[in-house]
Amino acid sequence: MIQISRLSKKYKGATDFSVHSLDLSIAEGEIFGLLGPNGAGKTTLISMLCSLLKPSSGSFSIGGLNYRTNKNKLRQRIGIVPQEYALYPSLSAFENLSYFGSMYGLRGKLLKDTIDQQLEIVGLTDFAHKKTKTFSGGMKRRLNLLSGLLHRPEVLFLDEPTVGVDVQSRTVILNYLRKLNAQGTTIIYTSHHLNEAENFCTRVAIIDHGELICEGQPKKLISAQEGAHHLEDLFLILTGKALRDYV
Amino acid sequence: MFKLWASAYKEFLLLTRDLGGLAVLFLMPLLLVITITTIQDSTFKTLEVSKIPILLVDQDQGHVSQNIRENLDNSNLFEVVMATDEKEAQSLVQKGKYQLAFVIPEDLTSGLDQKVRENVETMLSRFGIGEESTASVKSKWSPKEVRLYFDPAAQQSFKTSVRSSIDQMISEIESKTIYKAFQEQLTDDESEVIFDTEHFISFTEINPDTGQEPMVPNSTQHNIPAWTLFAIFFIMLPLGINMVNEKNLGTMIRLRTQPVSYATVLGGKTLVYVLVALVQFTLMLLVGMYLFPLIGLPQLDVSGKLPLLFLVAFFAGLAAVGLGLLVGTIAKTQEQSAPFAATFVVILAAIGGVWVPVFAMPRFMQTLSNLSPMNWGLNAFYDVFLRNVGLRELIPEIALLFTFFIVTTLIALFYNAKKNAV
Repeated sequence: MIQISRLSKKYKGATDFSVHSLDLSIAEGEIFGLLGPNGAGKTTLISMLCSLLKPSSGSFSIGGLNYRTNKNKLRQRIGIVPQEYALYPSLSAFENLSYFGSMYGLRGKLLKDTIDQQLEIVGLTDFAHKKTKTFSGGMKRRLNLLSGLLHRPEVLFLDEPTVGVDVQSRTVILNYLRKLNAQGTTIIYTSHHLNEAENFCTRVAIIDHGELICEGQPKKLISAQEGAHHLEDLFLILTGKALRDYV
Repeated sequence: MFKLWASAYKEFLLLTRDLGGLAVLFLMPLLLVITITTIQDSTFKTLEVSKIPILLVDQDQGHVSQNIRENLDNSNLFEVVMATDEKEAQSLVQKGKYQLAFVIPEDLTSGLDQKVRENVETMLSRFGIGEESTASVKSKWSPKEVRLYFDPAAQQSFKTSVRSSIDQMISEIESKTIYKAFQEQLTDDESEVIFDTEHFISFTEINPDTGQEPMVPNSTQHNIPAWTLFAIFFIMLPLGINMVNEKNLGTMIRLRTQPVSYATVLGGKTLVYVLVALVQFTLMLLVGMYLFPLIGLPQLDVSGKLPLLFLVAFFAGLAAVGLGLLVGTIAKTQEQSAPFAATFVVILAAIGGVWVPVFAMPRFMQTLSNLSPMNWGLNAFYDVFLRNVGLRELIPEIALLFTFFIVTTLIALFYNAKKNAV
């Protein structure tokens, strides 16, 4: 589904690569976890895959479409759920979804029915016409999620979709994502919640300093590493315990 | 097209949900135009109705000074307050208590009478009339100086206007004195009319368009176009803030991942903010037509001009929105966009002739004003309001405004594409 070949990104003025010569292949229907400490290059990689950042070198394709030549087709086939709440605070949940859905070409009854249906799944039906500035963090997170997948994307990129939410909201979000995945959506997900990733992902990759350290099924990776009982153990063994402060 | 309408609807919702922003967009321009027009109108009335108090120090006490005083009284411009001491008058003017002190020197009457009489006698004796003996004896008279003390804070235009009026008044008094001296030399009968002292040359102001006396434009007709345009261009302030907000909220990033062009996003904003400009313009017209007469200001006359006025407002709105889109695209923070937009619109207004007419500017600024879209808009409004032109004559100014919109929007699109190239 996604083929990444020698993909690199070096920001203007930076001395090091944020992503360096990364090769990766993600199959259709996977829930793929991109894991790494702060500044490892996860968000940079996702931003390149979502056409938000221009790679310094290398290439990638999604569903056989090269990002250079098929930008608009690619955008129609992918969905992105950014880490920040990318919502209009003075618009209601329905109005936000209606606008973002329209930008994917949804309209009329199809748009309305899709919004109603999705709001019900994430438990926001009763708040559909409330302004989002009144929403709690968990409600905004769920709405943020819906904004990226109204058009039923083939590939969904999620940048820390459960950060800062309570257990209830997290459960709703993850269950919904599993349901989408079961319906055929490929999910690429970043998180610092390694227990969550261990249970949620079918495959993970750990990247550090912009380079791929390991990738595979969580259970297989854990069992292959001596002294690792959970993904978190493996992560600390591979990336070290030093603080990762960066500016 | 559907995405464009959806974008416009979203902008409409964002705008209508921000009541404070709406108040700034619609009420502040009205407040501005009412305030400015009231001040300017009262300035006219100050000159016409409520006279300016001035000090008169009469050291002459003769018929010439009496004549000057009568002329000042009859001018309807001044309220003459008599003072006895020149130094005291000077001090009062220096303190700003009076705008002007007028000092008539000693022996002005006798000096002028003597000078004129001697000149007349000399002239008549050359023609063989009058007494040759007296004409040949010339007294030593020195020119007299009427001294004017202006308040240091008085504006140059006021000084020039007063100097011009007084100069004219003194010339008339001198002429009358000459006529009187001739009269005395030629006849002993004071009632006999020898000279026709009426002005031979007069002037009439004629409208170059109609060939008739022009309708004098009032403060409303000058202010509504100028300040409406100012308000329309102020749109770039909220528009710039709106766009920077979208960047900060992350919604612009989401839009960049969606299959929608930046041109469509800008198109939605353009539709709504041009509509805002037209609503602003409508409110301004309504205020000029219905509110101004109620508060004692001249009524705005728009009879037969509405279609052309709205056409100009539409293109002025486009130009303002184009500038706002450019500012919003380039600015990264509100601290960049808001002060820049506010200052820039004031600069555009200044060089556009909103405050000082372009013809009164230095030559360099006159050239610069040709580059201000506010100048093009203002000329177009004046063309419709005061010169009664048709659509054809408006085309150059409208074309400039439209070109400005296209150019600024293209720069915004190009900048965005360059900045976010993937």
